[in-house]
Amino acid sequence: MRFSDSRLEPIWDRVRAGERLSREDGLTLFQSDDLLGVGRMADHVKSRREGDRVYFVINRHITPTNVCVLSCAFCGFARKPGEAGAYEHTIEDMVAMVRDETREVHIVGGHHPDWPFEYYERMIQAIHAAHPEVQIKALTAAEVDYFWRRWKIEPKDALTRLKAAGLRSMPGGGAEIFSPRLAKLLKYTGKADPERWCEIHGIAHALGIKTNATMLYGHVETLAERVDHLLRLREQQDASGGFVTFIPLAYQTAATKLVARQTPPADSLKTIAASRLLLDNFPHVEAYWVTLGEETTSVALHFGADDVNGTLEDERIQHLSGAQTPAGVAREQLFRMIRDAGKIPVERDALYNVINVWA
Amino acid sequence: MGLSSPDRRVPEASEASEGAPTPNGIREHLPTGRRLDRAEGRHLLTDAPLLEVGARAAEARFARHPEKVVTFVIDSNPNYTNVCVTDCQFCAFYRKPGDREAWTLTVDEVLAKVESAATKGATTVLLQGGHNPALPLDYYLTLVRETRTRFPQVTPHFFTASEIHTMAQVAGLPFTDILDRLWDAGQRTIPGGGAEVLSTRVRTRIAPKKGGPESWLEVHREAHRRGFKSTATMMYGHVETVDDLLDHFDAIRELQDMFGGFTAFVPWSFKPGNTLLEKWIKQYKGPNMYLRVLAAARLYLDNFPHVQASWFSEGKATGQIALHFGADDWGGTLFEENVHKAAEYVNTISVDEIVTLIREAGFTPAQRTTEYEILRTY
Repeated sequence: MRFSDSRLEPIWDRVRAGERLSREDGLTLFQSDDLLGVGRMADHVKSRREGDRVYFVINRHITPTNVCVLSCAFCGFARKPGEAGAYEHTIEDMVAMVRDETREVHIVGGHHPDWPFEYYERMIQAIHAAHPEVQIKALTAAEVDYFWRRWKIEPKDALTRLKAAGLRSMPGGGAEIFSPRLAKLLKYTGKADPERWCEIHGIAHALGIKTNATMLYGHVETLAERVDHLLRLREQQDASGGFVTFIPLAYQTAATKLVARQTPPADSLKTIAASRLLLDNFPHVEAYWVTLGEETTSVALHFGADDVNGTLEDERIQHLSGAQTPAGVAREQLFRMIRDAGKIPVERDALYNVINVWA
Repeated sequence: MGLSSPDRRVPEASEASEGAPTPNGIREHLPTGRRLDRAEGRHLLTDAPLLEVGARAAEARFARHPEKVVTFVIDSNPNYTNVCVTDCQFCAFYRKPGDREAWTLTVDEVLAKVESAATKGATTVLLQGGHNPALPLDYYLTLVRETRTRFPQVTPHFFTASEIHTMAQVAGLPFTDILDRLWDAGQRTIPGGGAEVLSTRVRTRIAPKKGGPESWLEVHREAHRRGFKSTATMMYGHVETVDDLLDHFDAIRELQDMFGGFTAFVPWSFKPGNTLLEKWIKQYKGPNMYLRVLAAARLYLDNFPHVQASWFSEGKATGQIALHFGADDWGGTLFEENVHKAAEYVNTISVDEIVTLIREAGFTPAQRTTEYEILRTY
């Protein structure tokens, strides 16, 4: 492999030998302007692990409430209790949002000050009872931490009870960027800090609950902060081993304007590639099509990503009429992104069991 | 050079897999510094790892243009008529003569569009239209002459090859005479549209009344001989095979060897909305195929100075990514565009946004003329 940036050559030697990359290597990957050099190394790792497979899941998101006690500077979604636009779903509403065809339901919401832990427990019980085949992926480490802050329920107890209620896995949100500087600057000090976030994922892993991990990038963070974030995740994975997928989340400028524009495609491609290379103990790295757009997502499948998330059905899709099922319509869109990249769509469940290979 | 190029042998499909790609990269024997052959072109367009093709294309781009500069043009693409007798299956823009929705602009109306573009800072007006047998030769010549006289800052980048053939038929003159008259009126560049895919099979299928590849090639050949510059386009993503794309590459590379008159290669993917061809398209061609075509072209078309990233047809994100796959030009502002719009495909951009997008991708933006002379670096 020839590189336009010769600093990548020793890194390539280590990648080929299967050796772990250092913090300095990580910085070089992010700083290099040899985008395709970084991408080719990541593609090599992805192909070695997964060949041409690219995963997706028939899923939907449920956001129980947007009421939140926090005021994170990057969030355009949260509302204060009683504020215009604030909403709270009932358990019946949420049960009705799920269809049996859905494989995974992803449940993440605000830190609601008045909802007791038992409300979440009943929510998961009710969805599980109504749709026993649907896998429930619910509650970020930040929300689990809030059960302790608000109700003094230990994460281990909370997760044990939620697992008994039907929780199968946990999403990776709430990590933001592991940086005390940014937590203060972007006003998320009231949220689980990096050590607490990792601790809760470790507890989940010990209980047999698989989890994901995220990183919110493309705002005011430094490249070094990205690298340190990834290395902290790698360290936690070494310790507890239950992370399934890493999902870099490109900051969306629509509601809050920390920066004027969304980070460009080349930065997202490089972030995906560098993540694939640094997170040598993570099974999967995702190109989340909702934040990246279809074009960049499709190209990212050559930059180390092996997953595009899922169909993310919503009411719009569910109300589409015609011969195709709602899931079928959404599936076609994902097929287009995956097949344009010359890859094979593999339908999975929340735990990466293969449902169908759409060769 | 290459005037008497030997017949190009079409290799068997099995040859493409000869010397299988290494797991980590492109086939080892892909040369640098010599012209690629057809089997190598096929490898680039099919089974070579995409990013390896892109990285080689970026090398070739920087070998030719070492500065990290990406050019763009301030331009507009108005149309003078939608009346057309050619009935291309891929076109949503045209109307037959006498159709209720048919229209043709007067010379003054077209010049008003040129003026509007000039007022916004355009240095290029790419004017094209349907093949309308009711328009006399003088209409076209007046447009060129008046544009040159009244808007000296604007380059009249007018009339594609098939329109020049239409003028010739209507006037009863050889098309070479039309070229001479356009030259005398002040025209110096010709847009590359209407090439589609320069393969007899494809053009017979999608544009049977437009003639074979030679009808496009002969106009550009004779234009280059006279000193005109032009671009070469390629519209892929419909009924073509890889061999058809290679035929296209071979034809324009061979012509470029003769006079060097092509400034740039400009590929784009077919937009099926509202066209007769729509129902035949099974496989969508998205950003990955676009990047592959672009990068393969940069490597295969070794005698083309510029390769253009088409933000307009492929999307701005793909356009930005394409700058890392061998493209060195961003195309234009396209203040007015009606042909893609007819296929329900709309995209707009401002100069400020172009400058931002090029910078974000890590390059220095520079405004150019129709003939790729740099006017201003940002």
